[in-house]
Amino acid sequence: MRRYFTRKLLIYLLTFVLAVTIDWLIPRFMPGNPIQILISRAGLKAESANLIYSYYMQAFGLNVPIWQQYLNFWNALFHGDLGTSVWLFPQPVIQIIMRAVPFDVLLLLPAILVSWFAGNKFGAFAARSKWLDNTISPLGYILTATPYMWLGLMLGWLFGIILKILPFSGAYSYAMMPNLSWAFVGSLLEHWILPFTSLFLVMFGGWAIGMRNMIIYELEADYSHYLEALGAPRKLVRNYAFRNAILPQITGLALQLGVIVGGALVTEIVFSYPGIGFLILQAIQNHDFFLLQGCFLFIIIGVLLANFAIDIIYVLVDPRTRTGMQGEG
Amino acid sequence: MKRSTFTITILLALSLLIAACAPAAAPTAAPAAPAAAAPAAATEAPTAVTFARNETLYTGGKQWGPVSNWNPLMTGNYATGTIGLVYETLFLYDPLTDKFTPWLAASGKWTDATTYELKVRQGVTWSDGKPLTADDIKFTFELGQKTVLNFSSLWDWLGSITKVDDYTLDFKFKSALYQEWDNYLYNVPMLPQHLWASKDLKDVATGANDKPVGTGAYLYFAYDQAKMVWARNDNWWAIKALNLKVAPKYIVDLVNTSNENSLGLVLQGQEDLNNNYLPGISNLLAGGYALHTYYPAAPYHLAANTAWLDVNLQKKPMDDVEFRKALASSINVADIVSRDYGNMVQAANPTGLLPIWDKYVDQAVVKKLGISFDIDKAKSILKAAGYKDVNGDGFVENKDGSLIALKIIVPNGWSDWMAAIQIISNSTKAAGINVIPDYPDFNGYLDARLKGTFDLAIDNQVQVSNTPWSYYHFIFYDKLADIATTQGGNYGRYNNQTAFDLVTQLDKLATNDLAGMKAVISKIQTIQLTDLPIIPLWYNGMWAQMSSVNWTNWPSSADKDNHYLPVTWNGYWNMTSILMLTQLKPVVAK
Repeated sequence: MRRYFTRKLLIYLLTFVLAVTIDWLIPRFMPGNPIQILISRAGLKAESANLIYSYYMQAFGLNVPIWQQYLNFWNALFHGDLGTSVWLFPQPVIQIIMRAVPFDVLLLLPAILVSWFAGNKFGAFAARSKWLDNTISPLGYILTATPYMWLGLMLGWLFGIILKILPFSGAYSYAMMPNLSWAFVGSLLEHWILPFTSLFLVMFGGWAIGMRNMIIYELEADYSHYLEALGAPRKLVRNYAFRNAILPQITGLALQLGVIVGGALVTEIVFSYPGIGFLILQAIQNHDFFLLQGCFLFIIIGVLLANFAIDIIYVLVDPRTRTGMQGEG
Repeated sequence: MKRSTFTITILLALSLLIAACAPAAAPTAAPAAPAAAAPAAATEAPTAVTFARNETLYTGGKQWGPVSNWNPLMTGNYATGTIGLVYETLFLYDPLTDKFTPWLAASGKWTDATTYELKVRQGVTWSDGKPLTADDIKFTFELGQKTVLNFSSLWDWLGSITKVDDYTLDFKFKSALYQEWDNYLYNVPMLPQHLWASKDLKDVATGANDKPVGTGAYLYFAYDQAKMVWARNDNWWAIKALNLKVAPKYIVDLVNTSNENSLGLVLQGQEDLNNNYLPGISNLLAGGYALHTYYPAAPYHLAANTAWLDVNLQKKPMDDVEFRKALASSINVADIVSRDYGNMVQAANPTGLLPIWDKYVDQAVVKKLGISFDIDKAKSILKAAGYKDVNGDGFVENKDGSLIALKIIVPNGWSDWMAAIQIISNSTKAAGINVIPDYPDFNGYLDARLKGTFDLAIDNQVQVSNTPWSYYHFIFYDKLADIATTQGGNYGRYNNQTAFDLVTQLDKLATNDLAGMKAVISKIQTIQLTDLPIIPLWYNGMWAQMSSVNWTNWPSSADKDNHYLPVTWNGYWNMTSILMLTQLKPVVAK
């Protein structure tokens, strides 16, 4: 058991270092230079721009050799410093991200969990009869093939502009500042419905289809036929099939939960929802090395943690993993 | 998984989230903080956390990301209105009438060729109650000498500033650049010495300056991820001095995420003034949405800047003026105006001068040298210059027989420009010039221009200003070696000392010397139209969609309406947009 987790941890550590290195490298391969963008947006007078350029290059530590920048980056990271955003100068990256994270969690956690539960139930349910399979499955296929953005725009247009019953922009009313009142919480919920629904519907389709296929596959497996041949009740066979079919779905869930930060980029843009997704897009467009690094760092950590959690959950839910570990130990 | 576990998990998750959201929102729930820091003598402390619709103006179009600073010296990314609503300038400039209005200055005049005497308005107070004096203005300008600021280059030709009395300053120049000086008069924001003198210089130049204290009509109120909120300053000096009163009690400037979202907000009447380019708005004007633009019909918007084609003169065959002429004749600008923009823009004058600068256009020069769209002419110029289609692919080749395939670039995602270069490509191909549209991301586009590696690129970096000098200074930027870092313009690397000298000469002309300015500009125009360092295409608009669902009396071209600029972009409040706020009327009376 200990050996299993030590090995896993080592692998995760290595993955972390590699992923963070790639995360650091990629923006630096893009053509151009963030300081130029900063200056271009500032519309500076040419006579002053030269001095300001060298000032910023120094301020962002971009005037030292690339290997030095890399070392400085790790050094700062261990001190919990993600740097200063170029795009939202002079705000620290960590502050920008921390302001956005709650909105991602608020939107994605329920969307992922509810769609996972509902999708699996429905998928398993649909696999039971031809009639249901013929009606629910196509719906699932349509939903999962729908681009988030298109569905979001349609929902926003229908409920926001035509019917005028739901707001389609922002995380709460533009006429409010955050405060602890029922009015604010109400506004928060009201603004949450459309982005949540658009995410939920598309994800729901995916889970339902996945589950339906898995169940059909499991019901065709030898152990199911064997059980049936032994005269086991259909319900029992289905329960076993469900328990096997749920395993890949758990992996999928963990991966989704891993990208909970920044996983709804398109939806956030359509609904002006102030999460990390929107920040990532802008960070790329503005060549903001530091913000982009910060956002991806959160995603990397999220994915690794989720994977680690899965390793543990597998030990709990899948007896075969336990057996494997005992055999090994 | 049992149903009960499922429900409990969901409930738990939700409650955690709501809990998680509250503390995170707390630092942005700023209303209490500014109230505490609010001026002793000034307004009553703002306490509202919900803004009443009939007292609140919603704007959008400048802020493409969460608000990050309120430092008026960091041109470019300060919160919308930092200059204009909070920090004010010495004068306002109205580009439509070409007039300066004294603002924080009472008056200003040249007492001799190199001395400018500035009278400071009396009775102006900072929002913390302290009076504005000549010391503040002297201090502000001198900051540019101490550290690197956007107006630091002023000190290359400004000698000293002398305080004559508490409300009078003498600016002594080493050499007076009158055109440029006037530009500073309405662009440099005045800062309170008593708050800024103690800041270290790094903080002055690049600090966030939260809780800004200015002289303006609005006070910092609060901000969050999605907006900036300003609250009216009821002790604003102009209420007494000029009998002006800004109507909205709050201005809520919304962060843009996408044009689609902005369009939705405008159509819903939730955003009162939007300054994004919203394609097809002309169709919606008649759609019953209570929307209007500055002009009721084409071109709908005032012209803000000229879009022109940068031509890289360092590369073959663009180094050949005959080729450039053929290229210019082969571009169907009318098609871009009608099909791409739905007539929301106008084709540019061959000189590229904005409509507000019409009086400087030498019509005789334009008539003689101006180039207009004519495919046959383009073909005949190419033929006469010796460009032939050797390999029979329908496109001309270089004189040495090598292929011509020019890339024209615009930033990816700038949809109107992307469509424009497709139209350009089609029309030049008809003349036999192979131009291929290419859409690098903004960085790639910027980099190609700065390093001079592009072939052709669309550019529009000169906004309306008090003088065509700013336009010529950009297209004839003379420090060729420095372009990559100064972003000073002239990306095609045009090199002509005569032209550069004429632009400097223009800078030194008195701003009331119209005849002198015209004479110099005529010479510049002759050079420009003969050599074609750039090819002017169309005028981008001051995109402004105004909704009269909640506020009326917006600016428009109609005689009965006011003609202030309905624009929230940086540098426009201090033209006349601030005055627009004094004209607005709420639809629902209080």
